[in-house]
This record gives sequence, C-alpha cells and structure tokens, in this order.
Amino acid sequence: MIARTDAYDIVLKSLTEVFAQIGTPAPDKVGEDTVLVGNDAVLDSLGVVQLIVEVEQRLEETHGVSLTLANDKAMSQRNSPFRTVGVFAEHVVATALEAAS
Amino acid sequence: MTPSERPVLLVTGSRKGIGRYLAEHYLKKGYFVEGCSRGDGDIGDPSYHHHHVDVADEKAVRGMVADITKRHGRIDVVLNNAAIASMNHVLLTPAKSANRMLEVNVTGTMLVCRDAAKVMMRRRYGRIVNFTTIVAPIALAGEAVYAASKSAVVTFTRILAFELGQWGITCNSFGATPIMTDMIRGVPQDKIDAVVNGLAIKRLGTPEDCANVCDFFIHPASDNITGQVIYLGGVT
Ligand SMILES: NC(=O)c1ccc[n+]([C@@H]2O[C@H](COP(=O)([O-])OP(=O)(O)OC[C@H]3O[C@@H](n4cnc5c(N)ncnc54)[C@H](OP(=O)(O)O)[C@@H]3O)[C@@H](O)[C@H]2O)c1
Repeated sequence: MIARTDAYDIVLKSLTEVFAQIGTPAPDKVGEDTVLVGNDAVLDSLGVVQLIVEVEQRLEETHGVSLTLANDKAMSQRNSPFRTVGVFAEHVVATALEAAS
Repeated sequence: MTPSERPVLLVTGSRKGIGRYLAEHYLKKGYFVEGCSRGDGDIGDPSYHHHHVDVADEKAVRGMVADITKRHGRIDVVLNNAAIASMNHVLLTPAKSANRMLEVNVTGTMLVCRDAAKVMMRRRYGRIVNFTTIVAPIALAGEAVYAASKSAVVTFTRILAFELGQWGITCNSFGATPIMTDMIRGVPQDKIDAVVNGLAIKRLGTPEDCANVCDFFIHPASDNITGQVIYLGGVT
C-alpha cells in the first residue's frame, strides 16, 4: 500500500530529477495539474519514459515495492495514466494496490 | 578494488554450459556475478549469487533485478545467454514448442534488457550483450524456429542500441558457432561436421571464444561499439 501523498511526493521528486538529468530548467510551478503527456506537456515522450523509470526506482528504494507502471492495463487505457502529476500519483497507488492483492 | 568500485555483471542461464563458463570467467576477473536459471546453481564463490528465475517470467525478472539493485546499487553488464532450442523439422514442430522458444529467447531477453536498463540508465553506463547464433545467418535446415528467434534477438538488439544509447548503454549481439554443450548434444555428428566444414575457421567454438567477444563488447573503452553483431568462424 502506498499513500496518495507519498505517491504524489515521489512523482514530484522524480520529475525534478528528470529535469536535472535532461538539463532543462523545471517550470516555475509544478503540481497536481502539471501536464506530462500530450499537448502542453512539460516533458517530451522520452522524458516521460525517464520519469516512469525514475518513479519505479524510487518506489523500490523508499517502499521496497517493485512495480511495472507501464503494464498492459496502463498502456491500453484510452486516457494515459501518466497524463498529469496527480493522475500519475493515482496510478501509482492503484498499481501498488493491485500488486498487493 | 573496493566493493563499491567492483562492477556487477548479470549472466542469465548460468547453471551450465556457456553461461556457467562466463560466470566463472568474470568472477576470476573480479566482478560481482549474478546468475540465473530455472534450476539450482552450484557455483560456490562468495561473489556469486544465483537467482532461481525463468527469464520469460516478467514478475520474476523484475524481482531479480530489484534484488540485485538492493544489494549492489548498480548493474554494469548484462549477458543474455539463457535460451532453449528444440531442433526439429518445421513440419514436425508443435506450436507449443515454437511459442516457448520465442518466449524464452526473445521475450526473456527483452525483459532482462528492459529491467536492467532501467537501473543502468541512472548511472548512465551499461553494457548489454545478447546471444544469437550462426544458424540464423547460415539458415540451417532443421532449426527454423530457433534460428528465427535468434534473428529476432539481433534486430531487437540493433534497435535497443538506438533506444538506450543516450544513457551510455551499449547493446550488441554475439553469435557462436557450434559448442559442445547440452544444447547441441542431440544434434547428429554429421550435421555438426557439415556446419563446421562450412566455416572459414574449421573448428568447433569454445566457451573461451565467447568470453573473448564478451570481453571486447563490455570493455569500458567499447563505449562507441553498439548495435553490432559478431559471429564466430567467419560467418557474416
Ligand atoms: N552450444 C552451441 O552450440 C551454441 C551455438 C550458438 C549459440 N549458442 C547460444 O549460447 C547460449 C548458451 O547456450 P548453451 O549451449 O550454453 O546452452 P545450454 O547448455 O543448454 O544451457 C542453457 C542455460 O540456460 C538456462 N536456461 C534455459 N532456459 C532458461 C530460462 N527460461 N530461464 C533462465 N535460464 C534458462 C539453463 O539452465 P536451466 O535449465 O536450469 O534453466 C542453462 O543454464 C544460448 O543463447 C545459445 O542459443 C549456443
């Protein structure tokens, strides 16, 4: 089980790390509604790949859980579960819950 | 070398055959070696750790990579050596056998690459060597599905090189000539002789040949060698 606040925190920290890695400055305000995928996204598609991997690795380090966030279900959803920081955090919580059951 | 400087190498299919030889070869060179197979491993070296993992099992591969990362914090090298072969005329090949070969040889290789690369990319360094075989380019009758699975490995690796290059990860394929392991013990001697006679260097391959090519691919100086395939014995 991962609390929503923890998941949110991990996604935000990972996003900061990805910006540092790709060497572009992070936008001034990042939060729940920051868009990650599609029009107005703050990252390009490769940045999103990097972000997903970063979140997986951090979840492993901080919570000891191994999740594959880009699973079959996630990749076949009509609306990307990575589209905003908030939605991404929800997806982390749901995937962890599913893995534990 | 201090423990934190010692590189970590994962070789799949290390219970026996070429994989086992490579595990021992890199232990001698000072690596931490992580190995896996479906059966139990019996390499007794304290720097060796065996995982009871089927490479085609997505969850198990993920767990293995997580465990390595927890203990070592890094993966420097992956040798995707695990594979199965079922040598059969295509007219006598059941779908189940074909699917299993594709699952282990192609999907298994992909899964290990995927999860290990996620760890490698954070350190911006990695070396991946995927095992193919000369029977793909020489189009050996009797091994159609096995050869097809190994052709897929080559194409996969060439594209992987482009997908992972930006993170300092190189990806290459290595194709051996016949080597006397359990894998080819069931192949009639005259068939093996015919293959060897068709080579530029007319002898069987050896595990030492495999180690030699892997040494080259995984050398830190080989950072500009990627997407390549090297075959033994003159095959191109
Ligand atoms: N021998 C040759 O002539 C030759 C020539 C060209 C290329 N190659 C390639 O070289 C590699 C090694 O071949 P080899 O001759 O050493 O074969 P081998 O003697 O049959 O050994 C295969 C190894 O892979 C493991 N393995 C098989 N399926 C696995 C799975 N699903 N998950 C994890 N481990 C698995 C086996 O252990 P378990 O049974 O315990 O799982 C064993 O340790 C293969 O990729 C092969 O295609 C071999």
